[in-house]
Amino acid sequence: MAIDCLVLGAGQEVGKSCVVVSINGKRIMFDCGMHMGYTDSRRYPDFSLISKTGDFDNALTCVIVTHFHLDHIGALPYFTEVCGYKGPIYMTYPTKALAPLMLEDYRKNMDRRGEGEQFTAEHIAECMKKVIPVDLKQTVQVDKDLQIRAYYAGHVIGAAMFYAKVGDAAMVYTGDYNMTPDRHLGAAQIDRLQLDLLITESTYATTIRDSRYGREREFLKAVHNCVAAGGKVLIPTFALGRAQELCILLEDYWERMNLKIPIYFSAGLTIQANMYYKMLINWTSQKIKETYATRNAFDFKNGTNLAEIMINGFHQFTYFLDPAIAKFLLLRIRNFDRSMINAPGPCVLFATPGMIVGGFSLEVFMQWAPSENNLVTLPGYCVAGTIGHKLMSGKPTKIDLDKDTQIDVRCQIHQLSFSPHTDAKGIMDLVKFLSPKHAILVHGEKPKMATLKERIQSELGIQCYCPANNETVTIPSTHYVKADASDTFIRSCLNPNFKFSTCSSVDKSYLDSNGSKAISRLSVSDDRVSEGILVVGKGKKAKVIHQDELLNTFGEKKHEIQFAYCFPMHMNRTENIPSASDLLCSLDRCTLISRLSTILSNELSEGNILDLGEQLQVESFRASVCLSDNCPHRLSGSFQNNSESVFFCCCWAVADEKLAWKIISIMKGSTLQTT
Amino acid sequence: MKFTCLSKGGGFHFPPCHMLNVSGFRILLECPLDLSSLAIFSPVPVGLEAHEPLDSESVARKKQKIEKTLDANDLVRAEPWYKTVKNLHLWDASFIDVVLISSPMGMLGLPFLTLSKDFSAKIYVTEATARIGQLMMEDLVSMHMELKQFYGPGDASFPQWMKWEDLEVLPSELKKIALGKYCEELGAWMPLYSAVDVKDCMKKVQTLKYAEEACYNGTLIIRPFSSGLEIGTCNWTISGPKRNKIWRMMILALIQLLILHQTLGGSVLVPIDRLGIVLCLLEEMSLLLESSSLKVPIYIISSVAEELLAFTNIIPEWLCKHRQEKLFSGEPLFAHVKLIKEGKIHLFPAVHSIELLTNWQEPCIVFCPHWSLRLGPVVHLLRYWCSDPNSLLILESGVDANLALLPFKPMEMKVLQCSFLSGISLQKVQPILKTLRPKLLLFPKELRCKIQISEANTIFRYSENETLRIPTSKESTEIDISTDLASRFRWKPLKKETITWLDGELVMDQGKHRLLSGFQPVDSKQQRPLLHWGSPDLKGLLTELSKMGITGTVKKVSDEAEPENAAGIIDIVGPEKALIDVRETGTVIIAANDNLASHIFKAIDIVLDGV
Repeated sequence: MAIDCLVLGAGQEVGKSCVVVSINGKRIMFDCGMHMGYTDSRRYPDFSLISKTGDFDNALTCVIVTHFHLDHIGALPYFTEVCGYKGPIYMTYPTKALAPLMLEDYRKNMDRRGEGEQFTAEHIAECMKKVIPVDLKQTVQVDKDLQIRAYYAGHVIGAAMFYAKVGDAAMVYTGDYNMTPDRHLGAAQIDRLQLDLLITESTYATTIRDSRYGREREFLKAVHNCVAAGGKVLIPTFALGRAQELCILLEDYWERMNLKIPIYFSAGLTIQANMYYKMLINWTSQKIKETYATRNAFDFKNGTNLAEIMINGFHQFTYFLDPAIAKFLLLRIRNFDRSMINAPGPCVLFATPGMIVGGFSLEVFMQWAPSENNLVTLPGYCVAGTIGHKLMSGKPTKIDLDKDTQIDVRCQIHQLSFSPHTDAKGIMDLVKFLSPKHAILVHGEKPKMATLKERIQSELGIQCYCPANNETVTIPSTHYVKADASDTFIRSCLNPNFKFSTCSSVDKSYLDSNGSKAISRLSVSDDRVSEGILVVGKGKKAKVIHQDELLNTFGEKKHEIQFAYCFPMHMNRTENIPSASDLLCSLDRCTLISRLSTILSNELSEGNILDLGEQLQVESFRASVCLSDNCPHRLSGSFQNNSESVFFCCCWAVADEKLAWKIISIMKGSTLQTT
Repeated sequence: MKFTCLSKGGGFHFPPCHMLNVSGFRILLECPLDLSSLAIFSPVPVGLEAHEPLDSESVARKKQKIEKTLDANDLVRAEPWYKTVKNLHLWDASFIDVVLISSPMGMLGLPFLTLSKDFSAKIYVTEATARIGQLMMEDLVSMHMELKQFYGPGDASFPQWMKWEDLEVLPSELKKIALGKYCEELGAWMPLYSAVDVKDCMKKVQTLKYAEEACYNGTLIIRPFSSGLEIGTCNWTISGPKRNKIWRMMILALIQLLILHQTLGGSVLVPIDRLGIVLCLLEEMSLLLESSSLKVPIYIISSVAEELLAFTNIIPEWLCKHRQEKLFSGEPLFAHVKLIKEGKIHLFPAVHSIELLTNWQEPCIVFCPHWSLRLGPVVHLLRYWCSDPNSLLILESGVDANLALLPFKPMEMKVLQCSFLSGISLQKVQPILKTLRPKLLLFPKELRCKIQISEANTIFRYSENETLRIPTSKESTEIDISTDLASRFRWKPLKKETITWLDGELVMDQGKHRLLSGFQPVDSKQQRPLLHWGSPDLKGLLTELSKMGITGTVKKVSDEAEPENAAGIIDIVGPEKALIDVRETGTVIIAANDNLASHIFKAIDIVLDGV
């Protein structure tokens, strides 16, 4: 069995995340994103690679979307409404609630940029109707064989990593995730799973970030310096996630520094979004959740100036913030409209969309960019092709918007160095924690991914791939052989089954001085499984039984094979006692055995020598003095009885074959001393 | 599997309690409190009435055991104790491995369990049930506080009312509640836990998300699904390595909505604590009021009302599809958010809060705990309204109204008892069974004559405190052997089968036995004990030996008639002398040379069946 992984997007790049995984006969599409940097057919994944005939319902078992960012969901309405996929789509509750806002925002921008509509508002609504919402850790049985489960991923509200399992094969697709908690979201959390494949994002494949606080200070300082000098600060951001986080951050700082400069939001930015945040409180960080639980959530009805704020939509936001932040929002944050763009005086403005891909943020940027007093802050990552990306790569003085429009860029640019993506350490930590058999990197930059891939292979010993778009990676999948086990076997496996054995080992510390000295060491083993036997019959299910049950199962009788050998050992007599042919009394026999035991314990480094009186035992090897001339274990004619020797009859089982021959050679080479 | 019904419970507020033994693990289902028995206690007395000592006449009358109709003086005037499931006390708490709580009502007795010293079981509760259950327990503690303050510190270990003399003189009706039919239930009474106990209890609870799989001890997989009875209530599936069973409590639900039809002249008091019903009533009532253009305020008085209502708005996973749609269209999940905002619903933590006193307006509709009419704000409001013939009290049916209203007599207030259907009606059982098609069904004995069940293969009828042994389907345990390990096995072909010794490490993971290639010790020279059976064919053995260059002859055959299979001695002459003594049950190889001996062994191994 194998897992085929077809990368339709975000292969060695960031944008239009889309991976189709075939796993034990099931085919899952993870994410269905669009590329912000393109306006032609390259903006969507090449869906024709899934099915030439366009019969996506039969080609795919389900679609899973990890979070509401456009590079993960942007192509979904196109795929369902234009391409005609009608099968199940899974996403978390917040993603289902917030995705339509993002898609609608994008659709309008698309319109404004004159790209022509790829899908309509109705398409978005119809598409969202097909979505089945899931809760974190809820185990969803998609069909008889496919099981999926969402895990908290941090990143943005509602972001999830998805676990999928078909039969014995299992995998995780991370989407975007964050391994350190930020101001309003927690860190990614996942169980230790047994995985064949992990597909992880690698936006920051080589970056290792230091403490968050230093980087936050950097941002606040840049903003403060700008407004202190009378400049305007533009923060282009998407409606959800980053806006909330930066807002909390700025509030804290404004409060501490006692600043009075206004902070604006472009209309509509957070009105709806914050409302959702309130209902989805369970998805935010533990701290915010606790604040919510202990706080009087209905405080707002007491104040009079609150009415105004409620109109602005911020009352919803106050539900889950601590009172200080709520107060800040009520007092300082104002709504912003177009007429205020060129109003004098410093201000801070949050405007959509992020990365300055168009819309209101572009409008404001065109006005503010020419002044060196102003500041534009950009997130850590901007998709290639956007104005944000152009601003970050080098320091351009002019940006060509289209054939006719050119923008003079003299303003300051500040790049946020904190990001809701995990850094290289976080990726390594996750890969190490999950220890999958194989890893695939997507959603990153080619050279950096190659470095990370090397690290994963060399440091963690995990086979790693970073395929390009439209490439397929095939990896083997786990498969288990099913067998029925007998109760006796299971029971014997539940009980301790200690075995003690001595084994010789060479103690190296003696090598220099005395040469090697073999010392014997007692080793304890508790191998319960090795008493089991697997029986496979034609046309029958394999069965595991305990060794004691085997003969019964076959209705056979045990046949024991033993080795035996009766041979003389040289004896040195100092006293005149009766010759060996005379009957040795039992006392003498015991004496002989104990002598023999002494010899063996000096010469033999392994085995447990037991002196049982008339018999000597080492593991299964037994030796006793043999007085019968007709002993069946003697090979006739090879030895002569004489007074100088005594016969020992030995027998042993095959397990101790080597040991037995060693003992025999020691016995043959020694002389028994009797006094 | 073994099944014991500890208590059949009684209605919505006192769910049944069972003990289950699955794969050797003891699982307790629910840990409720019987709050209906609070009825034997008197609510906080008012004014003079409180200090009025029992006059000698009434004492004498009591002593003479003259039965008369109950009156308020018969109620026990003491800090109430609470009645737990009596049969649970027969079990050692330390032997319980898992506790599953499926509803907030099933959780109220949990702190008693977690308080016991040796209790160490894992408690699984859904997130929503845990939160609501905790609020209900905290509310209970805070309502109880009022009574505690009234009576002051008493003898905590053995209160006066529990002494035999006092119990003797109780009217029979109350005595039955206090002692049970056979005087065996006195031990079930416990003094209430404290707020700290509730907190400690919550720390021991493992919360689960909707349909989250929890794996206990690697063996049992436990999963909650919404049951529809209340917000956060659930059914559980428990699957172990041998069987896969759905544990379905027979209390699937239907929340029937009651449409109140009442032209409001007076106030309405609704002491109902069922969250789901309160939420529905709130929505319906406000609609009704709006359409009738009546301006009647709705008050909700409870120490936890605010948190409870806020909480219901953030758990879309546990609500019906229709409410989930509200989330996706950006509306609040319940209308009460809007109603509170509009000032149509007011929330107050207690009757004596200043906001309430300044806002109070009659007529009004009041929702408040507690349905037993012995605790909480309802006691004060009843005292206030009981002589007002215009006001209306709404009680759940199933409550013994006569006993419940005893302290408030004479009642001028109108009383309406309505039933809020919960649980499944018997008619619904059959269709559910048809869809589930269980192999095994457990059914309470009392319902035998009321319903005919043909869908299940085997039906067990249970009664209280009787342990049922439930046979498991006879399939054997399944083991998954990893392919990389299986490919390393050395297989030996037999006539019909191929067999091999097992190797590796057996682990229990997610309720499955898995055989994985485990850690191999470096010096694993240890040979397996070889196992042979049958008896060797002498001629075949000679052929095998000659292939190895060993020659010999059959020297002696003990059974001349059947020389093929019978025992005998093979005399090896070349390359060295050796003997093979073959018998019915064993073979002895006699050789003076290790090389020769091991060759002979190999030859015998080939002709014999073995592993």
